[in-house]
Amino acid sequence: MNESDRKGKPGVLPISRRDLASLLASLGARTSGLVLLSSLGTLARSRMAAAAAGTINLCSWGGAYQFSQIEGYEKPFTKAHGIGFNNIEKSANGPALVSAQEESGNVTWDIVDMLQSPAFQLDSQGILQEIDFDKDLEPAPDGTPASQDFIPGSLSGDGKKGAYVSTISYSTVFAYNVKAFPADHPPRTVQDVFDLKTFPGTRALEKIPAGNLEWALYADGVAKDKIYEVLQTPAGVDRAFRKLDTIKRNVVWWSEGAEPPQMLAQKEAVIATAFNGRIFDAIASDNQPFAFIWDGGLYEWDGWVIPAGLSEDKLARAMKFLRFSTNTTSLVAQARYIAYSPARQSSFKLMQELTYYKNPKIRMWPYMPTNPPHLKLAIAKNVAFWSNYGPQLDQRFSSWLAA
Amino acid sequence: MPGSAASATAKPGLPAAERATLKRGLRRAERQKRLGAFLLTLPLLAYILLLFVIPLGGMVWLSFANPTLPAQMPRTVAILRHWQPPQGKPQGQPSALPPEAAYAAVAADLRTAFHAHTFGRIAKRLNEELPGAFGLINKTTFRVAHLPPDASWKKVLERIDPAWSEPAFWRLLKRESAPVTADFYLAALDLQYGPNGHIGRVPAYERIHVLLFLRTAWMSALITLLTLVLGYPLAYWISRMRERRANIVIIAVLLPFWTSLLVRIVAWIVLLQSHGVVNSVLIAAHLASASNPPKLIYNGLGTIIVMTQVLLPFMVLPLYSVMRGIPDSYVRAAVSLGAHPWRAFWKVFVPLSLPGVGAGVLLVFILAIGYYITPALVGGQSGQFISNRIAFNVQESLNWGLAAALGTILTGVTLVLFVIYNRIIGIGRISLG
Repeated sequence: MNESDRKGKPGVLPISRRDLASLLASLGARTSGLVLLSSLGTLARSRMAAAAAGTINLCSWGGAYQFSQIEGYEKPFTKAHGIGFNNIEKSANGPALVSAQEESGNVTWDIVDMLQSPAFQLDSQGILQEIDFDKDLEPAPDGTPASQDFIPGSLSGDGKKGAYVSTISYSTVFAYNVKAFPADHPPRTVQDVFDLKTFPGTRALEKIPAGNLEWALYADGVAKDKIYEVLQTPAGVDRAFRKLDTIKRNVVWWSEGAEPPQMLAQKEAVIATAFNGRIFDAIASDNQPFAFIWDGGLYEWDGWVIPAGLSEDKLARAMKFLRFSTNTTSLVAQARYIAYSPARQSSFKLMQELTYYKNPKIRMWPYMPTNPPHLKLAIAKNVAFWSNYGPQLDQRFSSWLAA
Repeated sequence: MPGSAASATAKPGLPAAERATLKRGLRRAERQKRLGAFLLTLPLLAYILLLFVIPLGGMVWLSFANPTLPAQMPRTVAILRHWQPPQGKPQGQPSALPPEAAYAAVAADLRTAFHAHTFGRIAKRLNEELPGAFGLINKTTFRVAHLPPDASWKKVLERIDPAWSEPAFWRLLKRESAPVTADFYLAALDLQYGPNGHIGRVPAYERIHVLLFLRTAWMSALITLLTLVLGYPLAYWISRMRERRANIVIIAVLLPFWTSLLVRIVAWIVLLQSHGVVNSVLIAAHLASASNPPKLIYNGLGTIIVMTQVLLPFMVLPLYSVMRGIPDSYVRAAVSLGAHPWRAFWKVFVPLSLPGVGAGVLLVFILAIGYYITPALVGGQSGQFISNRIAFNVQESLNWGLAAALGTILTGVTLVLFVIYNRIIGIGRISLG
């Protein structure tokens, strides 16, 4: 569980760096034996349930994130319908593996947790099941149809039908170690992050172009709603890389979500970008002296897709689970376990008093990326932009790093 | 039986009929023997065919195959087959654009692809060649699908996006109409088609593959050299021991083999990280500054240090087994004839050990250029290999064609090295003992 949430962006490794990081951590304190026992328990339970009413092969990101799904969605669902789960932790390579399953004609996953952008790409290749949002998803408790209740932009397609349903949004934000700066003058903005003179020290950034280029332009004075317009021009990309050049010598790069909290804790970096759930976990569970810079937080949706070509009974089970897990109360149930925001507006009303499952003194709402004061400061990640220019910018970014 | 047959045929004066029968019997026996031998190797043959030759062939095919447009846009492909983009004409000239029918074909194809839900394949393939084509195809498809089927398509498409009036874009469509392509190889060598259709290098800020190929080569060569320098004296020392002691030391050499690769790498991370064991010792000994300790990992140095250790046994074992077979008496004879011990070693022992050196060098180098996990974990930026880029294209950018081209080039380089090696030293001289 210390290998907290996920969003280790598709790690390059078959054996992910997360496993390594957790191994390193377990050298310290935690007991991996417990993890093993509990996963054995899950296996045994899911086998028993399988005998009753079949299982769902569910693929997600592993770690604390999948844990929150197991607690929030799967256990109540098994209780209600007697359908068990086979939990797979391969979402880091989800798009590639779903494509491969489709190409081999042997689709083995029933429902897959995925980011919005790859889901869109797979959908336009015709390898995802179509979902009629108002028919296949539950309305809000007050009767509002699902297509109206989900936050705009969190569903795919034309908003009525599509292949992707968000469950949460997460945010990649800057966080810092409060001990590294004077208490009365901490960094507050993305501009401060790029200001090495006033706020000296190493920065830890994720080793992908997405996010870093946006922040570079934002810090260089581009308005939030103009960032992607500027980034679409070659001159804008040059400008972003020039800005990144100014801090390049003071940056260490991370590629797995577990790394930035560790780097901050060991003071290998004083400011780091990280998935907000990770920093929350470090603050709430490990009492780390970290604080957020919500300015410029880059938020993005994550949710379910169902591969096309499932047999009728498998599809029926997957759709049943989709309906269950995306209803208003299931999303709230999940939010007790992780600081990622539900995708439904109706869930928000039930969340104000929600507390962390490990510590009833910690309210979840102030840590949610969709909390209005945070949302006002945030940048919405432009999924279409990265679909178009991702491959090219990645190559340029890799080349820039290697130089 | 074959023996008696052989002696029978050797005898002259046997009746012709009998000789023929004997000959036939002999041939049948030989055929059976050959068949038996073949049947014995059949499982291995099937295994290699199924799990090596066919996947390898699949990879090579994938690096050339370009099925997307021929399969998804058949009408457009058929019309563009007869259209020749003029060479060297200034851009924007009407003659540089295909006929009106091509626009109608594009619209019809995209409409079909919209209903079949396959337009994303077209978009993805074109986007690999032209960043931004993803959005262009998606936008055009959605618009076209909601228009009546008999519009004036040239105008409509050009209004949807000005890209449809650019000769360069049509040239791309024409190029992608072919069922095989060299695009992936161009990309793998940091080359691209320029706007006028000529091949040139990609802008400097996007070049990466050639750099990584060269880096993979020189770092692997350095690692091979280091394993040789470290492994040769060790193998020599072990080969001169009594057998029982030698076996114990060989077990020590083999110990890393029985330890998981990941565990070994994690151990190195613990040792080499910025406040790790090595740096702590250096700092305590005032050999390094505490505020700015030397970076021993997450760079090229880390890759070299860790891979040298990981690959060392592959050098020591062939060296040892060859050296073991060189009798002490040879060097002693040279010394007793007056050679200096060093000269005797250099002139007698070293040449005799060369087959082992050859095997070790070839083995370590070929393993090294394909290495993947170690550079990914301890290589940081400057220690990444080409295999990490292949994995990126397989798993993240989903550009399997490019991944296959990079893989094929890597395989090709390995084969070429093997052939060169064979020419210079001779594969027959390689010995694994």
